[in-house]
Amino acid sequence: MTGVPLSYIFRNLWVRKLTTLLTAGGMALVVFVFAAVLMLAAGLEKTLVQTGSYDNVVVIRRSAQTEIQSGIDRQQAALIAARPEIAVDSDGGSAVSKEVVVLVVMPKRGTNKPSNVTIRGLSPRGISLRPQVHISAGRMFRPGSAEVVAGSRIARGFQGARIGETLTLAGKTWTVVGTFDAEGSGFASELWGDVDQMMQAFRRSGYSSVIFKLGSSADFDKVRGALEDDQRLTIEAQRETLFYAKQSEMMSSFLSVLGSILSTIFSIGAIIGAMITMYAAVASRTAEIGTLRALGFKRTNILAAFLIESLLLSLVGGVIGLGLASFLQFYTVSTMNWQTFAELAFTFSMNSRVVIEALLFSLFMGLAGGFLPAIRAARLDIVEALRSV
Amino acid sequence: MWSFLLRLVLRNCLRHPLRTSLTVLGIVVAITAFGLLRTTIDAWYAGAEASSASRLVVRNKNSLTFSLPLYYRARIEQLEGVKSVSYADWFGGIYIAPKNFFPRFAVEPRSYFELYPEFVLPPEQMKAFVLDRRGAIVGRKTAEKYGFKIGDQIPIIGDIFPGNWSFVLRGIYHGADSKTDESQFFLQWDNLNETMKKLAPDHANEVGIFLIALERPEDAPLIAQRVDKLFASSRAQTLTETEKAFQLSFVAMTEAILTVIQIVSFLIIVIIMAVMANTMAMTARERRGEYATLKAIGFNDSHVVALIAGESLLISLSAGAVGIWLLYPLAEWVGHRFGSIFPIFLVAPRTPLLAAAMALLIGVVAAIAPAWRASTLKVAEGFRGIG
Amino acid sequence: MSVIVEIANLRKSYRRGDQVVSVLQDINLKLERGEFVALMGPSGSGKSTLLNLIAGIDTPDSGRLEIEGIDITGMGEAELARWRADHVGFIFQFYNLMPVLSAFENVELPLLLTRLNRRERREHVDLVLELVGLTDRAEHFPSQLSGGQQQRVAIARALVSDPTIIVADEPTGDLDRASAREILDLLETLNERLYKTIIMVTHDHIAAERANIVRHLDKGVLTDLVERPRQRGSH
Repeated sequence: MTGVPLSYIFRNLWVRKLTTLLTAGGMALVVFVFAAVLMLAAGLEKTLVQTGSYDNVVVIRRSAQTEIQSGIDRQQAALIAARPEIAVDSDGGSAVSKEVVVLVVMPKRGTNKPSNVTIRGLSPRGISLRPQVHISAGRMFRPGSAEVVAGSRIARGFQGARIGETLTLAGKTWTVVGTFDAEGSGFASELWGDVDQMMQAFRRSGYSSVIFKLGSSADFDKVRGALEDDQRLTIEAQRETLFYAKQSEMMSSFLSVLGSILSTIFSIGAIIGAMITMYAAVASRTAEIGTLRALGFKRTNILAAFLIESLLLSLVGGVIGLGLASFLQFYTVSTMNWQTFAELAFTFSMNSRVVIEALLFSLFMGLAGGFLPAIRAARLDIVEALRSV
Repeated sequence: MWSFLLRLVLRNCLRHPLRTSLTVLGIVVAITAFGLLRTTIDAWYAGAEASSASRLVVRNKNSLTFSLPLYYRARIEQLEGVKSVSYADWFGGIYIAPKNFFPRFAVEPRSYFELYPEFVLPPEQMKAFVLDRRGAIVGRKTAEKYGFKIGDQIPIIGDIFPGNWSFVLRGIYHGADSKTDESQFFLQWDNLNETMKKLAPDHANEVGIFLIALERPEDAPLIAQRVDKLFASSRAQTLTETEKAFQLSFVAMTEAILTVIQIVSFLIIVIIMAVMANTMAMTARERRGEYATLKAIGFNDSHVVALIAGESLLISLSAGAVGIWLLYPLAEWVGHRFGSIFPIFLVAPRTPLLAAAMALLIGVVAAIAPAWRASTLKVAEGFRGIG
Repeated sequence: MSVIVEIANLRKSYRRGDQVVSVLQDINLKLERGEFVALMGPSGSGKSTLLNLIAGIDTPDSGRLEIEGIDITGMGEAELARWRADHVGFIFQFYNLMPVLSAFENVELPLLLTRLNRRERREHVDLVLELVGLTDRAEHFPSQLSGGQQQRVAIARALVSDPTIIVADEPTGDLDRASAREILDLLETLNERLYKTIIMVTHDHIAAERANIVRHLDKGVLTDLVERPRQRGSH
């Protein structure tokens, strides 16, 4: 395709090992950062997507942004729970859960730093509304008792949240009887207990939210219209998937802004590195280029040869960078979600999109860095090039 | 001799104008980005930085989302060493759209502004605010951003405190110094409480936090302990800490992000170090013959090393200087553009020093390998490349 | 007549991979002050290596190498560098001028290693530039000069610090015939008028004819000695 054999291009990179290594190394770091931000965004998205179920509806007080800010009194909750669109469980009961959600400061394990943990009071019905939640160790809390179960990330990250340990919340002592897995969803960053016990302990007279499952997915607009038009209710109803996506809108847009700013700045550095390297390669091989042209290779062949050399260089960097980034999958990022003020943990997640985008990005850097030097090489005059031995 | 070497270094820098300018450009971008990232980290801490160690914050032990009964105020005031007590509530809410963010607090006007002398307000505006229950005060930055003028109606949709609120702007405060947050919005706590009495009577007469001014700042730990002991067996237990510790606990919750920014700020230096090292390696390789000639004539290793290190440092330091020079207008622009996220976005005095140290490091590291090679170069071998 | 270079049992070999290549075997040589010696031989004969050893930019494996009675084989790098600054002037095939320095500055280079002040340096440089006939080219950069002119700058540089010996490695190898003649004329003048000791490596017979002693090297061994009577003795 190029006319100039690939082995020539390979060997030229190999001969200047230090330069190749430094240039590709710089690019690898850039791709690493680029991939890391993508992986973080992908991890956050994965956590959110898995937190909500499409057929579940979350009802909170109108214009409250989160469950924490929301308040729904008992009468309103009863009205919501009576909607005929709510699915009926196999045991004949209706698939609805009135829940109370509070934030409590708990010290982190190891560092002892305080952080806000989401505590959810719910009923067995509420547990069955989240099929992605499984008890991984111990057992579920008994209704009516001062027992709690901890999401896996809470159990790992906070003091007193492991099985058998006790926690003091609202002046009351609670026993952790189980740990649950939540398939990477945001529930893994919550602590669950009995709704009535929680309301009593935290002196809440009303609920925070009502969650129910639709009997038929198509009924959503109907039930939302009915609930939001009801003069006795001042609420908003949203599909659970959308509700959780909105919860971390700010975090996602922060990550994407951060990602694009960093990638731009970083890629400038790497492109400059590639340009310097390729310009030097052209300069030191001027006589060779003249010889190749004299042998009958066309300008386009020379252009292609140098472009491929630069692309190869960047691809090496891209692959190294991705390799480094893949280790990040073992890390969990745990931070405060600005919108809920609650601790949210998510992992770096590598998927095919991340890989493809990162490799394309590295090739883009190679192309951008190699283009001008390749043009210079292609435009060299044969006679003058030959004379520069 | 040294003036001669300097002259040689200068001329060497200009031998490959394209290569040198590309390298300089890369370092400028890296140093400026480094400075901006450091400033971002500082901006994160700006709230804690500006807070006072002589003020205490009392909040519900459960978390900030739980309130405290108003009558605690009188009991705290009676403690020895307490000068005055004020209180406030995070009001939240939405001004037209959620993206129009500025912090909004419900406060008790007199005691609050007494406690915060850094919020400077003309006395007649203060008086107008106190007299109007629906009145509001806003910081200079926010007033400028949204074009608020005294007498304007400002509508806010409540999220924590439901309802469609409307406030009349009675004053615009200025910061006492550049570190004061000029983006906040204050409404009267009484206004909020009247509404709560009507809508949610069991949440009336409750406040988010108490603020304590101390007679002597050194009493802070002691008085904090006393406050918490006072309410240890009440239905709402308290957690009292200095304002600084209170602010830092917010920073700690987003520590992961700060750590990422910190790592990234150093990564960019490492990347540009690789670029610069590459430039110097190529340059030195091309000049092997010249170094050999100099050594043959009788110049010694330290002269050759000085030539290489001088060139590397000249490039990195001058690029660093340009980067630092660019940092200030850029930081001002960022502060203007993202004022709602970072009310204080100022380049700290140590940031340019740190950036200069990074530029120096880039220059030194880039020179190490080529200088080592050139100084161990055998003169006779150096010529072999030429002939 | 005084002996200026005295070499005894000098050996030098290089490692190439795991092979040891012997370049010089048991060289014995004596040169006297004011001689103009041409070292000849096919490429790979070791003539450049011998020149490098005499000039102190390479070190022998064994043997004795005395210049003006000082054995330089035992010197360390820094000591050798100082010694070269005082005793050796270099002329190279490709001139090896600093491209960023003007003719004047290139010639001035060796004087920077002396205690001379700026004014004294200027005097010295002006003198040698006049000697090589380049006074009007002092402010030119190497890229603005012809090959012959560049080599004359290099000769001025070799001369300026008044070294004990001048070594020249193929000084005419990169020049056309006319320029080469100019350079050889100049070297001859230096030898005869200024009584400079010159050791020149060349494989050009025309160049070698200008020397008063021609030594041949073959496979690392010095062979015959051809002595040519001086046309104009200066002692």
